[in-house]
Amino acid sequence: MNNKLKNTRDEIVRISGVNPKKCMKCGKCTATCPAFDEMEYHPHQFVAMVENGDIQPLLESESLYRCLSCFACVDRCPRGVEPAKLVEAVRLTVIRQKGGNHLKTDDIPALLDENIPQQALVSALRKYAK
Amino acid sequence: MQRIGVFVCWCGSNIAGTVDVQAVSEALKNEPGVVFSANYQYMCSQAGQNMIIDAVKEHNLTGIVVCSCSPRMHEATFRKTAATAGLNPYMVEIANIREQCSWVHKDMLTGTEKAIILGKAAVAKVNLNTPLVAGETPVTKRALVIGGGIAGIQTALDIAEAGFPVDIVETKPTIGGKMAQLDKTFPTLDCAACILTPKMVDVAQNENIRIFSYSEVTEVKGFVGNFDVTVKKKARYVNEDICTGCGACVEKCPMKKVPNEFNLGMDNRSAIYIPFAQAVPKVATIDPNHCNMLKNGRCGVCSKVCAAGAIDYKQQDEYIQEKYGAIVVATGFNPISMDKFDEYAYNQSKDVITSLEFERLTNAAGPTAGKLLRPSDLKHPHTIVFVQCVGSRCASCAEKGKEYCSKICCMYTAKHAMLTRDKYPDTEVYVFYIDVRTPGKSFDEFYRRAVEEYGVHYIKGMVGKVFPEGDKLKVQASDLLNNKQLHIDADLVVLAAAIEPDKSARPLATMLTASMDTNDFFTEAHPKLRPVESPTAGVFLSGTCQGPKDIPETVSQASAAAAKVVSLLVKDKLKGNPCVASSDELMCNGCSSCERVCPYGAITYEDKEFRMPNRTVAIRRVAKVNPAVCQGCGCCTVVCPSGAMDLRGFANRQIIAEVDAICK
Repeated sequence: MNNKLKNTRDEIVRISGVNPKKCMKCGKCTATCPAFDEMEYHPHQFVAMVENGDIQPLLESESLYRCLSCFACVDRCPRGVEPAKLVEAVRLTVIRQKGGNHLKTDDIPALLDENIPQQALVSALRKYAK
Repeated sequence: MQRIGVFVCWCGSNIAGTVDVQAVSEALKNEPGVVFSANYQYMCSQAGQNMIIDAVKEHNLTGIVVCSCSPRMHEATFRKTAATAGLNPYMVEIANIREQCSWVHKDMLTGTEKAIILGKAAVAKVNLNTPLVAGETPVTKRALVIGGGIAGIQTALDIAEAGFPVDIVETKPTIGGKMAQLDKTFPTLDCAACILTPKMVDVAQNENIRIFSYSEVTEVKGFVGNFDVTVKKKARYVNEDICTGCGACVEKCPMKKVPNEFNLGMDNRSAIYIPFAQAVPKVATIDPNHCNMLKNGRCGVCSKVCAAGAIDYKQQDEYIQEKYGAIVVATGFNPISMDKFDEYAYNQSKDVITSLEFERLTNAAGPTAGKLLRPSDLKHPHTIVFVQCVGSRCASCAEKGKEYCSKICCMYTAKHAMLTRDKYPDTEVYVFYIDVRTPGKSFDEFYRRAVEEYGVHYIKGMVGKVFPEGDKLKVQASDLLNNKQLHIDADLVVLAAAIEPDKSARPLATMLTASMDTNDFFTEAHPKLRPVESPTAGVFLSGTCQGPKDIPETVSQASAAAAKVVSLLVKDKLKGNPCVASSDELMCNGCSSCERVCPYGAITYEDKEFRMPNRTVAIRRVAKVNPAVCQGCGCCTVVCPSGAMDLRGFANRQIIAEVDAICK
């Protein structure tokens, strides 16, 4: 693994707070995932790929945006790995790599679209509230 | 003044690699009292011990300091050596320069410095050591086995075989435990009842064994060789000595709607019941929560039909007191509750069952007479999904599951899957696994037979959710090797629930002052070398109360525990530990502080006459230590405000001398 990839991997692990080494490869996350059919990489693969530093394909994959953030995988993982948080951290990494387009809190109300599902907002809060 | 010999051990390179043993023996040569100092490669070897014996004779040594490994390892060895050389064994002190120096330090300088300091402390202590003589206590030649499952049965039979009386205390109305509920046993597939019930009969017929069924231990006092135990025999409202077990009462009892715990609630029993046909003792028991006669006085049918006149509605709980020399814990296990596993719909569908329920469903004496039928509609299931590790290896939530591997599930699931395919070739059987763990004689071969000969579908992956839809159970699972998500319409889902120690184990451990781990399994005195003994002397462990085990392992451990009990009971007297507390009566102010903190109940107070000035006599209340009960923990010496309480072999001034030597 080259240094840049290693840094990206460590960054993803840091912002997600997930320790992928805790995974015992049981696959309950993938078994439980309602968005399985939409995904190229499935929850258990996310965990394994981050652990192996196989980050680039993840950053480029559409699977990132197929995760519903339903947290079923987080709820049912017997080892407390929390794959959904990892998915979210990869999403964040993509955004950060794009450069300075961060939101300021004050800008948010103006950007709120009535058509954004309430669930998406609530789930975003759930992710960061912990 | 003592004449002390110092012996520094190299422990091969274990110590000598990080501690300069030559420097240590040189430095200790000049300590007060030391007349001889040497080092040697292996002090514990025969040659090393002879070196000590020779030095004692040659230099007239009165005390010995061995700088070596932990006293837990070889203190007893060197005490024996001292005794051989004619010294009192308690004139030996160990300075632990292995675990506390060489193994924790990387640097030779610091390791050596610390070793010298520990050696000095030991020398300072030996200077104040006095010869101690261990007292002796007689041994009650009777054993108590708590729990009447296969572990307790085997232990009791082996102890009885050696000629000692044994009592089995079992909380259920019959002995037999979990094994009595099983259908077949892996890997040879003998029928559980066929191999267990003869043993149960052996227990009943053995003159050395008494069974207290429907009973529990309520109090344990005393110590190794001399336990005083109170057993509560719960009222079963049937006179055990008269009841013939004919079953007429069970047949005629009008209250027939009580969930049958032996079949895990999958059918009903009557309010007066015999758990199963081969129960031992084969005696009826009235369930007071469901008996109309006991609840409101309106019935009495069983009393009328009982030809023997054994029914006694007025029976009371009975407390029996007995003395025992040794106690064996064999309290066993239970499957964990499935209530927290909503994803598997255990509480939503009757067709989601645990593996133990599956055992009853396939057992000829079970609720379906051995026919595999779905509990909901009694139809023959065609697609059966087994889920492994339900609650085992579950580290995320302690309320939900257990962090450990339950060990037995891989094998019994392979057995269930194989037997199902064997008996019903029209079924499709899926087993979802994380890992298949089959170490053990003929175990892996057994699992492979399930796959290769019986065509069981083993799928690496987990079931994510189960939900009932129509008369099917929709199973959503992962197939990791093919990177797929599977959707199976199942008729029956079987959950391999994790196992946990019986709930009675924790209060029992408190009564026995036996230690447990965080999962409530009893801890053994040494995980490898003393696996069937509890750290509490005289308490032994048998079966799953110590950790998950299958039947072959349980039986081996049960016999091992019996052997340990027998080797204790054959002794007429036990040598105690002379390092016990003793109170200086003249200094004791009778405050009772020591009595309150003593964890073993070894301290009592008595009124004693003392001669006072001018020929007067005063009666004062003073502490008295029972040396046979005292374990030498030293709590009392710490709380004693007047300094009257002291520990032999670890006297306050000895400890202070050690501290002084370290701080000098």
